[in-house]
Amino acid sequence: MRDNPLLALVYVFAPFSLLSIGGGPSIFAPMQHETVDVWQWLTAREFIDLFAIARTAPGPGAMLTTLIGWKVAGWWGALAATLALFGPASLLCYFAARLYDRHRGHQWHTAIESGLAPIAVGLIFAGALAVMNLSGGRPMTWVVALAAGAVMSWRPKLHPFIVLGLAAAVFVAREAMGV
Amino acid sequence: MPVTPPPVPLRHIFRVFFMIGATSFGGGLIAWFHRETVLKRNWLNQEQFMSGVALGQVLPGANVTNLAVYIGQLLRGPVGAVVSLVAVLTGPFFLCIALASVYQDAIKIPGFHAAMDGIAAAAIGMILRLGYMGAVHSCRKPPPILIALAVFLAIGVLKWPLLPVALVAAPLSIALAFARGKKAPPQPDKPRTDKPHA
Repeated sequence: MRDNPLLALVYVFAPFSLLSIGGGPSIFAPMQHETVDVWQWLTAREFIDLFAIARTAPGPGAMLTTLIGWKVAGWWGALAATLALFGPASLLCYFAARLYDRHRGHQWHTAIESGLAPIAVGLIFAGALAVMNLSGGRPMTWVVALAAGAVMSWRPKLHPFIVLGLAAAVFVAREAMGV
Repeated sequence: MPVTPPPVPLRHIFRVFFMIGATSFGGGLIAWFHRETVLKRNWLNQEQFMSGVALGQVLPGANVTNLAVYIGQLLRGPVGAVVSLVAVLTGPFFLCIALASVYQDAIKIPGFHAAMDGIAAAAIGMILRLGYMGAVHSCRKPPPILIALAVFLAIGVLKWPLLPVALVAAPLSIALAFARGKKAPPQPDKPRTDKPHA
């Protein structure tokens, strides 16, 4: 396994796929341990950098795995790591979704749907708070986040890019002014 | 029975999910999914979407890829699930590697970090709006309001582990919804109007 980096990547990341309950953040710490301390594929500093890159690029933060795979074994490594991390969980989710969808129309299915909705609402707000804490949770971030949400509610047809761009401009201007 | 709408073409699913993956700077993918599949195209209704969000978070795996698989499965079965997953990951796969290749130079650009922080802040705003819309839609009575608040406090503030919280909250919430449903039959689903890509 030590001789074949692709197999090693699958061996390390596939278990994380089914352990990542609640999404990427739950596995970043053990993933750092495995890839930095155990397999020594990268230094702790490189891990933090790749984490920041994955968060900056579009897509889920779990693309961190893709970057580690790329660092270890190039494009094939990136592909192997991505498939290993997203494959097993996606397969499980597919069967769960199919099972769930099959009973559409039953009274209890409607009850499950109505019952899950407020849980999803709570999880969405909890997720927003978690991302907020991860990005430092400065007052400025709160103000811009709330303003962006308000603008999007006020003008739903406005493309989100405009709001995202404006927010970036506000942060850059604030930094330039040294506030 | 409502007339079954024609299936959403796979190439539409691919195009929409590819764009979500490739352009969701700063995160907020769940809000993008909601905007593109529920608000703009009516591929699924609000309840179906929120079920997908809850399932996607409770099951292992990245929340957004789980949501993609769920929506793809709903629209076009196993092929739809595969197309959705591949589509949503294709853009990020190449873009994160591209960014990693230039990252050491990019961070030297003045204002790079500030711009990224600003985009991330606005993306949080998108998620807050999604939560607000979900609350307006599904939390109109005290029981669901309390459930949503309790889940937010347990996971978001107290940082309790997700699985035990979900295992307590979900059956309780579903039982309450079942009791409500017996008193007032639910509204029928809105039929899907399959509008072509805007």
